[in-house]
Amino acid sequence: MIGLQHYLVVSAALFSLGVLGVLTRRNAVNVLMGIELILNSANVNLVAFSRFGGGNLQGQMFAIFVIVIAAAEVAVALAIILTLYRLRRTPNLDDADILRG
Amino acid sequence: MNGEAISFYVFAAVTVASAAVVVLARSLIYSAFALLFTFFGVAGLYVLLGADFLAATQLLVYVGGILVLLLFGVMLTHKLYDLDLRSEVTQFPAGLIVSGGLFAILVITFSKTQWAPGPGREPSATTAEIGRLFMGAYILPFEAASVLLLIALIGAAMIVRRRKEA
Repeated sequence: MIGLQHYLVVSAALFSLGVLGVLTRRNAVNVLMGIELILNSANVNLVAFSRFGGGNLQGQMFAIFVIVIAAAEVAVALAIILTLYRLRRTPNLDDADILRG
Repeated sequence: MNGEAISFYVFAAVTVASAAVVVLARSLIYSAFALLFTFFGVAGLYVLLGADFLAATQLLVYVGGILVLLLFGVMLTHKLYDLDLRSEVTQFPAGLIVSGGLFAILVITFSKTQWAPGPGREPSATTAEIGRLFMGAYILPFEAASVLLLIALIGAAMIVRRRKEA
């Protein structure tokens, strides 16, 4: 019988992989992919609690809002990455050090 | 082992394995296409959890929108003759320790916690109820989300626009 904890473990694996991607990648687009993995893992958690927990749709509603926020976040982040690329000719996050004192 | 368990393990394996490819692949294009399978796997998990509307939304928004945007990002931030599209990896051992530790802590916490048993929600059609909730109890967040999307759209266009050198 597949229960709540199976889904929680899958989402924990997804979250850890996303954190690994954010921490170890130097390419900004790749870091963004890691953030998407983290958001997806949170969504799996919310929907799993909605299924096995309170017996209403609140978790799914929150997951929909998370998807909306993710869409807005990707649009703005890609605009920033493109501007950075135009300025420094690199998508590398280590080179975005203009503000370093 | 019944059908639900088999499909859960298949979707979970697809999701986690392709997420690992996203994180570990040397090439950005490989990462982007592995992300496609991760999103499909998560959509399958949503179906198993009885969230049919959310699964469709996941496919439409993530696969149809966000993944295409990410591919645009890959193509626009690399020169076209730069065929290998390498993505460098930095501080890998430290990152592995942090994320592995996080995973261990999360799994230990999840398995040791006594989750309060709720009534649960048997899988059933959710679209009509979600629509009523959007127009009822969640009308304010709904409107705020629409304004947020508009602001993000205008803001992204403003940031990325080429300014004329004064």
